[in-house]
Amino acid sequence: MSREEIYNRLNEVFRDVFDRDDITLSDETTAADVEGWDSLIHITLMDAVEEEFEIRFDMKTVVKMKNVGELADAIEKLL
Amino acid sequence: MQELQYPFDSRYIIKKKKSIKRQLLEQGGSFLDKKIAVLGGSTTHDVCAIMELFLLDMGIRPQFYECEYAQYWEDVMFDNPELVSFKPDIIYIHTSNRNIRNYPDMSMGSDEVDALLDADYDHYFKMWGKIENTYHCAVIQNNFEYPFYRLLGNADATDIHGRVSYINRLNERFAAYAREHKDFFIQDINYLSASYGLDKWSDPLYWHMYKYALSMEAIPTLAYNVSNIIKSIYGKNKKALALDLDNTLWGGIVGDDGVENLEIGPETSMGQVYSEFQGYIKQLKDIGVILNVCSKNEEENAIAGLNHPDGVLKPDDFILIKANWDPKSKNLADTAAELNLLPESFVFVDDNPAEREIVRTQLNVVSPEIGSVEDYIRVIDHSGFFEVTNFSADDKKRNEMYKENAKRAQLEASFENYGDYLVSLQMEGTIKGFEPIYMERIAQLSNKSNQFNLTTRRYTRAEIEEIAESDEYIDIYGKLEDKFGDNGVVSVVIGHKNGDILDMDLWIMSCRVLKRDMEFAMMDELVREAKKAGIKRIKGYYYPTPKNKMVKDFYALMGFELVNEDEDGNRIWEFEVTDDYEDRNHYINVNGRKGEA
Repeated sequence: MSREEIYNRLNEVFRDVFDRDDITLSDETTAADVEGWDSLIHITLMDAVEEEFEIRFDMKTVVKMKNVGELADAIEKLL
Repeated sequence: MQELQYPFDSRYIIKKKKSIKRQLLEQGGSFLDKKIAVLGGSTTHDVCAIMELFLLDMGIRPQFYECEYAQYWEDVMFDNPELVSFKPDIIYIHTSNRNIRNYPDMSMGSDEVDALLDADYDHYFKMWGKIENTYHCAVIQNNFEYPFYRLLGNADATDIHGRVSYINRLNERFAAYAREHKDFFIQDINYLSASYGLDKWSDPLYWHMYKYALSMEAIPTLAYNVSNIIKSIYGKNKKALALDLDNTLWGGIVGDDGVENLEIGPETSMGQVYSEFQGYIKQLKDIGVILNVCSKNEEENAIAGLNHPDGVLKPDDFILIKANWDPKSKNLADTAAELNLLPESFVFVDDNPAEREIVRTQLNVVSPEIGSVEDYIRVIDHSGFFEVTNFSADDKKRNEMYKENAKRAQLEASFENYGDYLVSLQMEGTIKGFEPIYMERIAQLSNKSNQFNLTTRRYTRAEIEEIAESDEYIDIYGKLEDKFGDNGVVSVVIGHKNGDILDMDLWIMSCRVLKRDMEFAMMDELVREAKKAGIKRIKGYYYPTPKNKMVKDFYALMGFELVNEDEDGNRIWEFEVTDDYEDRNHYINVNGRKGEA
C-alpha cells in the first residue's frame, strides 16, 4: 500500500472518529494539532486504525508513537 | 437503530460513536431522564460514552457522574459531596478482578484464605450498605471475570489457593447478597467475559496502557449488557413475541410439504435444532413473555403444524394466532391492539429478512437478525429483550391472564348489554393502602405502565416503601378478581397532602382491566380516604407523552374540572371533595362491601 493510500485511509478514520470532515493529516501532525485529540479519544483512534488496516499494534509501538508520521510508519511495517 | 441491535459491530460503534449519538438525538422522541453514577475501579470514559448510545436507543437519556479514577469506594464511604448532590437514580459499580485487593498465596492455610475472602467481601458489603442508607437507589454491581492466567492450571479452580477458586467463592457471596436485597443487581461479567472470550476481553494491553479493565472492543458488549439491566429496571423490557412458523419454528413449509414432512423432533438433526428452539420459546413463556403467531399461512395448516406430535409448542401456548395472507405488519399491529399492548413491546422473529425489514420500517418493531436456525437462541438470548430484574408472581401467570382475557372477550361478545356482561364477571376488588406483600408489584407497575399513566412518574421499591410509611401521602393499590381468575394488582394511586389539598402524583392502571369500572372504584376509595384525611380539594395532573393520550380526559370522566392547560398540553384538574359524593363504581364488589349492580 502506498504512503498516499495509507494517508487517505487515515484521514477517513480520523474524520469518522471526530465526526468532522475537515481533518487532513501529515507526517508532522500531532495530538496538539487536532482539536479534541486527548488521551481518551486516542484509545478509540488506535482501535479504529487497527480495524481499518486489519492490523494490531503491540504495546511498545503504541507507547513510542510521537506523531502521525510514526503512526504511518508503524502501519507500513505491519502490512 | 439497527446498528445498536445485537449482534452489533463493536468496532463500528466505537469508531462512529460521535455521529451515532448525534443521529440518536436528532431522531428525537421522548426520553426517560435518568441519573447514573458510574463508580469504577478502572477507566470508565468509554463505558459511559457507549452506554449512552444504547440507553438513548432504548428510550432512556442518561446523565452521568463518573468518579475520579478508581475512587469507587472512597466516593461512597466518604460521602463525596459531588456524588451526594448528583442524587443518582442508579449507581453502577464497575469493578473487575484487577480491583480484588487480596489473593491467597500458596503458604496460607484454609482459615487464612477464608479470612481473606471475608475481608474482600466486607469491602464491598460495607459500601453497598452505605449506598442503601444514603442514596436509596438501585445498584448494579459487576461480579468478577476470571483471571487471564492460572498459576495452578486446572487446579486453580479446585485448590483454595487458586484465583479461579477464590473468584468463584467471591462471586457466590455477591450473588447471595443480591438474592437478599431488592434493588440490587449483579451484572454477571463472569458469564459475559466467558461468552465473549476471556483472552480477548482481558487483553492486558488495555489495562497497562489505558487502565481499562477490559479491551476497547469488549466495551460495547459490557455497555449493552448493563443498559439492558437498566432498561429492565425502568420497565422497558419487551413483553411479547410474534413468531413466524415456516422455517422459524419448524423446518419446511407446512402448506407445501404437509405436516408429516416438517423438520421437528428427534428424527433428524434439523428436526432436533428446531425442537431445541421451540423448547427455548416455551421457557420464555414461563418467565412471562406473551407468545403469538404471525405467519403467512392458511390458519388450518398453521394449527395442524403446531399440533405436530413432536412439537414442543402447541396451539394452546399462544395467545393469538394470526395465520392469513395479510401483510405481517398489519397482523402484528392487530395483535398488539387486541392485547392492549404497544407494537414496540413486541419482538418479531422471522427467518425471512424481507419480512423483518417491512415490520421494522412499518411499525418500528424490533426484529433481530437471527441468522441460521442454530443461531436463533443465541441471538434472542444475547439481545437481552426480556432481561429479568424483578420477577414477580404476575410474570409467572401472565400468559394465563391473557388467556383468561381471551375468554372474557368471548363472553363479552355473547351479551348485548355491556352492563350485563360486567355483572356476569362477578368482580371482586381489593382496594387498600399499600401493603408489604405488594410493594414489589406496585413498583413494577409504576415502571411498566405507559398508556394508562397520568404523570409517567417512576418509582423504585424503596421509594414505594417510603411513601407507604409516611403520613404525607394517600397511597392506594387496587386488585381485581373475577370468575375467570385473579388479575392481581392492576391500579395504583398516589397523592401527597398539601394542607387540605391533595396533589395527585400518580394514577396508573393496567390496560388489561380497561372498561371494567376499576378506575371508578379507585376514585371512590380515593375520595373516601381523602375525606378521612380532611382533604377538601384534589388536584389532578396530566402530562402528555407519546403514549398516554388515552387518559388525556381521564379526570373529566372522574368529575374533575379543568383549571389550566399550557401550550405543551400539560393539564391541571380540580375536584371538590364533598359529603354528598356518590360512588361511581357499580359493578365491582369492593373490600367485601356489596356493590349494587
